[in-house]
Amino acid sequence: MVTPSNAKTPPGGGAQGGARARVHVALIGCNHRTAPVELRERVAFTQEQALHAAGELRRQGILEEAVVLSTCNRSELYGVPVDAGSAVTDAMEDFLTSYHRISRAELEGRTYSWVGPDAVRHLFRVASGLDSMLLGEAEILGQLRTAYGQALESGSTGPVLNRAFQGALEVGKRVRAETEVGARPMSVALAGVKLAERVFGNLKGHAALIVGAGGVAEQVVEHLRNRGIGTLRVVNRSPERAAELASRMGGEAVAWESLERVLSQPDIIVTSVSSVDPVLTREMLERALAARSGRPVFVVDLGVPRNVASEAAGLYNLYLYNIDDLGEIVEQNKRAREAEVPRAEALIAEHLAKFESWRAGIEASSIVDDLRGRFRKEREILLRERLAEMKDVSPEERERLASITEELIERVLDKPEERLLGGRGMRGRLGAIEAVRHLFGLDELDEGDDAGDVNQNRARDKDSQ
Amino acid sequence: MGYLSLVLYAASFVCYARILYAPHVWTGRLATLLLVAGMAGHYLALLARSQGTRWVPYDDLYGSMSLFAWLLALTYLVLETFHRQRSVGVCVTLFLVIWLAALELLVPKPPLEAPPARGALFAFHVTLNTWAYAAFGLSFVLSLVYLVQDRVLRSHRPGAAFWRFPSLDVLDRMSRSSVYVGLAALAVGVASGLIWAHRLTGSYALGDPKVIVTLAIVVVYVIYLRLSRSVHWRGARAARICALNFAIVLFSYTFVNLYLTRFHRFF
Repeated sequence: MVTPSNAKTPPGGGAQGGARARVHVALIGCNHRTAPVELRERVAFTQEQALHAAGELRRQGILEEAVVLSTCNRSELYGVPVDAGSAVTDAMEDFLTSYHRISRAELEGRTYSWVGPDAVRHLFRVASGLDSMLLGEAEILGQLRTAYGQALESGSTGPVLNRAFQGALEVGKRVRAETEVGARPMSVALAGVKLAERVFGNLKGHAALIVGAGGVAEQVVEHLRNRGIGTLRVVNRSPERAAELASRMGGEAVAWESLERVLSQPDIIVTSVSSVDPVLTREMLERALAARSGRPVFVVDLGVPRNVASEAAGLYNLYLYNIDDLGEIVEQNKRAREAEVPRAEALIAEHLAKFESWRAGIEASSIVDDLRGRFRKEREILLRERLAEMKDVSPEERERLASITEELIERVLDKPEERLLGGRGMRGRLGAIEAVRHLFGLDELDEGDDAGDVNQNRARDKDSQ
Repeated sequence: MGYLSLVLYAASFVCYARILYAPHVWTGRLATLLLVAGMAGHYLALLARSQGTRWVPYDDLYGSMSLFAWLLALTYLVLETFHRQRSVGVCVTLFLVIWLAALELLVPKPPLEAPPARGALFAFHVTLNTWAYAAFGLSFVLSLVYLVQDRVLRSHRPGAAFWRFPSLDVLDRMSRSSVYVGLAALAVGVASGLIWAHRLTGSYALGDPKVIVTLAIVVVYVIYLRLSRSVHWRGARAARICALNFAIVLFSYTFVNLYLTRFHRFF
């Protein structure tokens, strides 16, 4: 899906050639697939920079609407170009390089850029977590919401980006709710916490005990904290280390000697100790269970060798998972998530069709106005030329002629307007819009209008015949 | 009408099953809607029997089993709304489909005849007791789900549906809520029955096997509630007891009614 954009031709088709009546989303960016972290760091935006850059893109007349999305894995500029021609992505890339003071050569082959439906599809895939390093991860949706919310507040968005980003947030939510892409835990730490939720339900207010320390254990604590865990105790052989960990994790340090005393209190126990012998024996856990009136305990053993005696797994109301168990579940879940990608893509396609239908509606109403304008101008020219030759036509007759031709224009436009605005199939509408543009030379008219002279247009038409 | 509600319950089951693997919000709503539609059709069928007999349709096995299923669906619907939990719906609707299919295929539909008039208090007594049995039936289903989830959790091999079912804690609470509903309905139902019997005969008919077995039902469910909070029994063991208790309910509902009682022999 992501392709470096050495060639600037938009893959969506239909975005070539520019006219102001066309409404397109343009995108340029780089992510973890196209650029190494060193380069991503250099093109990253802080929140303030993102807002400032969006404002600058509009002020410099490159984009009418702009949103800058910058996370640790991607920096992307989204916008609605003033001119939707292929030059817009060049202008956006120029802006990106000059903003971060890096040369274009450094970005060569490291970026991707799209104009049209593919830009919106990319945005929807990002929101759904399909473009993330960790397939289906949920964090990106929050980051996207923040970036869009700030841009909206600062006034750098407009109807098109509002529609696109709101659609992205909606599809992101739907993909997570209706497919398995975001449903199952993808890390050992999260798998442990999600399994604990299968036992206790909501973890808010539950107590946890961390025995030892380690990167994964700290990740588990972070997930527990995010779920509003109540009491958190940290036990370590070194009192200093326990105190340091407790203060970092926002918990309470407990002396190693008191381990068994506090063992009856937590609902969730996470062990990550470097020890040859088990730290928690079956007998210790049996006594703890009895002391807590048989309430269930969920134990995550992250130690290698294992910190919890394997015989403890048979204890009633004790659920024990070691690092291999969790690793195997994560692998299963990865496969399950990958298998769900086609369903997520189908949801994205559904929302993209809605967006395109909305866009076609906007274009249709604008093209009918263009067409009417074109007919009126032609009528004016024709009447001026012909009436100049007919000296005996009275002012009343001229007025009548003008009124009849105006009526003729409205009658001629009646059916096309009805079909363009009320047509059902989105593809059909977009096709009809393109056909009208081509048949009536409306793109040329726009360019001619820009030059401010319709007659030059006509003259050019005549020359070419 | 009976077959129509069976088809609607079956369609609801399909939707509930689907949301376990493809949790689409509208499929979930459709599942509930189909359940409600099935219940509406079921209610009309009960109403038709009731208009035919001019009485609550519990006097024959067919009507009684049908009323039981309808009350079970109603109790589940209340729990689904209260706990905001649709994933158990697949098991409940499966139970309903099997129950009603057995009813339609195996139980003869008796002709509509008006039973002897026994008064509103009696109707209240029987309806509440049937509701209690339905609530115990629901707790049976929930306990089975609990036991399966517990087994999966211990096997360390969670499948796709595992992540969609409620937690053990929620299942436990739902099951206990259902038993509380059953016990409350049974207490009021039995009390009204005793009052009715006393008014009619001057005695409470405490020696009737149906009354004895009903008291046994109360005892075993109270024991379940007590054990579900005790050191050695809470969790899967209590769920097993709850599931087994339903066997006594079925015994009371079928064997006792058919063969043992004189006083409560309706069908």
